[in-house]
Amino acid sequence: MGVVLIAAVALPFLGAVLAWRYRWHDIGVLSSVLAFGAVAALPFGRGDLWWHEVHFAWAPGIHLDFALAVDGVSWPLAMLTALLGVLCCVHNARSGEPTLTALLLAVQGASTAVFLSENLVLFFIAFEAVLLPMWAVVYRYGDERTRRRAAAKFALFTIAGSLLMATGLFAAIADAGTADLGDIIAAGGVSERLSLTVFVLLALGFAVKAPLWPLHSWLPDAHTAAPTVGSVLLAGVLLKLGTYGLIRVAGGIAPDGAAEAAPVLAVLGAIGIVVASLVCLGQAEIKRLIAYSSVGHMGFVVLAFATGTEAGIRAALFANLAHGLITPLLFFLAGALKDRTRTGQLAELGGLRLAAPALAGVLGFASLASLGLPGLAGFWGEAFTVYAAADRGGPWLGLAVAAALGAFLTAAYLLRMLKYVSHGQPTPAVVGIKGASTAELAIWSPLVAATLLLGLVPGPLLDLFATGVL
Amino acid sequence: MTFFAWALVALPAAAGLAGLMLRRREHAAWLGVGAPAAALVCAVAAGFANPVTAFALADFGSVRVFAALDLSPTAVAVAVASAAVSMLVQLYSVAYLRDDPRYVPFTAQVNLFCAAMLLVVAADDLVFLLIGWEVMGACSYLLIAHYANLPEAPGSAAKAFLVTRFGDVGFVLGVMVLGVSAGTFRVSEIGEVSSGVATASMLLILFGCVGKSAQFPLQVWLPPAMAGPTPVSALIHAATMVAAGAYVLARLLPVWPPELLIVVAIVAAVGMVGAGLCAFAATDVKGVLAWSTISQVGFMFAAVAVSAADTALFHLLAHAAFKALLFLTAGVVIHMAATDGSFRTTRLRPGSSPLAFWSMTIGLAAMVGLPPLGGFYSKEAVLGAASEAATAAGVVVFWAGVVGSIITAAYSARLWLLLFWRGGAEARHATPRPEAIGLWTLSIGTVGVGVLYFAGPLRLPALHLDLMALMLIASAGGLYLVGDSWWRDRARDPSRLLGRTRGLFAEGVYGDAVATSTARSAARVATGAARLLDEQLVDRTVVEGSARATVAAARWTEAGHRGGLVGYLRISVAGTLLVAVVAIGVSLWA
Repeated sequence: MGVVLIAAVALPFLGAVLAWRYRWHDIGVLSSVLAFGAVAALPFGRGDLWWHEVHFAWAPGIHLDFALAVDGVSWPLAMLTALLGVLCCVHNARSGEPTLTALLLAVQGASTAVFLSENLVLFFIAFEAVLLPMWAVVYRYGDERTRRRAAAKFALFTIAGSLLMATGLFAAIADAGTADLGDIIAAGGVSERLSLTVFVLLALGFAVKAPLWPLHSWLPDAHTAAPTVGSVLLAGVLLKLGTYGLIRVAGGIAPDGAAEAAPVLAVLGAIGIVVASLVCLGQAEIKRLIAYSSVGHMGFVVLAFATGTEAGIRAALFANLAHGLITPLLFFLAGALKDRTRTGQLAELGGLRLAAPALAGVLGFASLASLGLPGLAGFWGEAFTVYAAADRGGPWLGLAVAAALGAFLTAAYLLRMLKYVSHGQPTPAVVGIKGASTAELAIWSPLVAATLLLGLVPGPLLDLFATGVL
Repeated sequence: MTFFAWALVALPAAAGLAGLMLRRREHAAWLGVGAPAAALVCAVAAGFANPVTAFALADFGSVRVFAALDLSPTAVAVAVASAAVSMLVQLYSVAYLRDDPRYVPFTAQVNLFCAAMLLVVAADDLVFLLIGWEVMGACSYLLIAHYANLPEAPGSAAKAFLVTRFGDVGFVLGVMVLGVSAGTFRVSEIGEVSSGVATASMLLILFGCVGKSAQFPLQVWLPPAMAGPTPVSALIHAATMVAAGAYVLARLLPVWPPELLIVVAIVAAVGMVGAGLCAFAATDVKGVLAWSTISQVGFMFAAVAVSAADTALFHLLAHAAFKALLFLTAGVVIHMAATDGSFRTTRLRPGSSPLAFWSMTIGLAAMVGLPPLGGFYSKEAVLGAASEAATAAGVVVFWAGVVGSIITAAYSARLWLLLFWRGGAEARHATPRPEAIGLWTLSIGTVGVGVLYFAGPLRLPALHLDLMALMLIASAGGLYLVGDSWWRDRARDPSRLLGRTRGLFAEGVYGDAVATSTARSAARVATGAARLLDEQLVDRTVVEGSARATVAAARWTEAGHRGGLVGYLRISVAGTLLVAVVAIGVSLWA
């Protein structure tokens, strides 16, 4: 199965090169589908701890090995990346340039490498490699007026975080004498003396990516400026790199530091939930609103992780994945809406329910999922964030209250959005727009189905998380 | 037998989800009526075995969530009522919404609503129950917003969802605190928890139930919810959403610390009396019925406050029958009178439609509590339980219940007189067959539900002859007050009895207006503050400020490297001198 592991990472890159070289969409779509197949095949014949591993020495002097591994924590995220990769390639094949397909595949390949790498140096390289194509996606294909500025902000912010993260990683490698993630986790992390420093350095880097309030301000600009597929990958994959890194890498190699820093993380997470929800309540533009909502949702993930309890970690991982399904769906829908109406201003939208019932229906579904309606994927992670915080007791109860209140505010701003967009009589911008096409419905339906499935049957995924190397 | 338990919830849920994708009207109608009918069959079948079933749904390590159903006899009774009302509502809607372009999604949403309520009724796990609890809120949102050309509909719908969800902030916290302490969310397994935990969690859960049941102080969403189609009102008020709060409260009664039931009693007393007065002053048919629901649910809360869970459920069932009847009849009456339901214009001769007249009369008589209708037994049982309970809560709800009965009689009589005895056009109206079936069935149910007092799964207090007399006197008193006012001056609305407070109560004591404006200004202030913090302070000042500072520093440094030859010479001479002075100084000092 090692070959499959390598294929999952290599196929998107190969597809990217071919799609760019021959300017041909279909080869991009094909390679993303093959990569999806490869990731989907990984659970077969799995081992106990790591399901599969491959290990080749690369540059032993700097502890760099080509080491890939997959387990119950990384596989769902790799699956999510592959799924969104396919959907984005298909979406772009209908309307965009082949170069964009190539860039999307490069993001997909590098992100998959982040999730699957077992060597910290390789992890760092892959983490940085995601940035380049993503920057290009925003810079070249974004909204005409804001793309340059947004791309620069995104790149600078992320690089600043990454440099701190690199310092932390190399400090950890020097201390542990190995860069093998599994070995360091098995040894109980770095020495206690260094633990807090390492954790803070790593957490700063990951917090930029996640993003954790107040290091989030690159996100609304980048999401709003990015093309639809770019927003989808940003929300569905790039943010996950941050939370995955925080939970698996930072939490794994510096558990003592994580425990010490937990209250700070938790408070920032809770502030993020409340502040982002309130900002959303006053947003006038649909894409910016959805972008800000990510800050709130990721606040739940960080808060749940910070509790450090078993339930908290599982809730964090679940909320993370659910957000990766729901927010991309919202971005697809917002993109479809903006393509038709040429505006994202809430005040200029209205009556979508009458003009395009199917589009409005899916938008309503995605909004309900995003506000954490029980029975849909968003619920489990966020409700059990409240549980985990309540479980810690004492001052953590205040954070539980903030999280529960945040869920209420989330409902408030999403209903406000629906009131503007869906209800009432169609506005001039909305009158006469096309309904959702079959191709669009086909792109959205896997996300809808997965949201519903994870909402009704959360057990198997939670059990997978329980087997993970943490 | 567990098959029926699962099918009870799964069939309407599947029908609802499938219905969202339908296009043909006839298919939607069949699915709409068929799914609750199938659920009704399942509920009755489950009643023979009372299945209990559970499997682990989600494992969070320290706690597990179970997909657990427990169809106890009382749960079966409520499930039968919910499924039956949903079925009749669907049947009624076939005719009522015959010209509506959005009928197809409507039926699907009603089915989802029904499934959610049945889940709440049957669930034995609080987190599992929460799924039905909130899906119901979401469905109410969709259904209240049904009419696209009604400008106030979206706002009312959002209000219904948001107010109940505001209550759910408490509900979720309460469930989680309880789960942390008990180590399980199973209602049947929550044993002894420490009194502090029980107090905190039950008060929080009460807040959620108050929101769902539209009790004081979260009653504001229910009257505006009339913006939805009338069958939806029947569904929300009679057998689902509003009843769900009382139902959950009754189920969790064993966890309540007894000394805290006084809180429930106060909520119930305010509801019974205050909402009754609002109903008496309301200016339209559906307004009276909406406020009357809050007042009647107050009676259910009153029974909970005196630890009489089964009595609360008995009143829930009786209320389900007569309130569904009243709403569906109101829809027929308003349709016949061709008005918006306001008392200024809505009137109907009894002879114009005997079916509507008698349905309304039976429904109102049951609400007043006239024997031998179901409402008589259930209300007597509530007062009986209150008088048997020798607690402060018992005293509060007993007297509030007596006053509430007077007011109930008064507003019911006023509604009846204003609707039917002010003349109206001399025309005979036929009721479409599906609507007529609904009215007939519910009339029979309203009369027959009293049978549960004598035989059935509910454990109720014995009949008290003295209380019965007291209750009848109270009702008669209310009827007399209104009748007297009516006979003195037929041209004037009996609500003038309220004097100068009439306007106050007609507006629901301005609760809605105050709550709305408070929420608006709070949201505006909080949003403004958050945006100031986030966009101005964090983004503009710190983040972009640091970028600006870097650029400025770069310019400044760069400017220093752009001096020309003379400038550089001056700097190097000055530097050399400085170094020399320092070096000499250091060597001398050393």
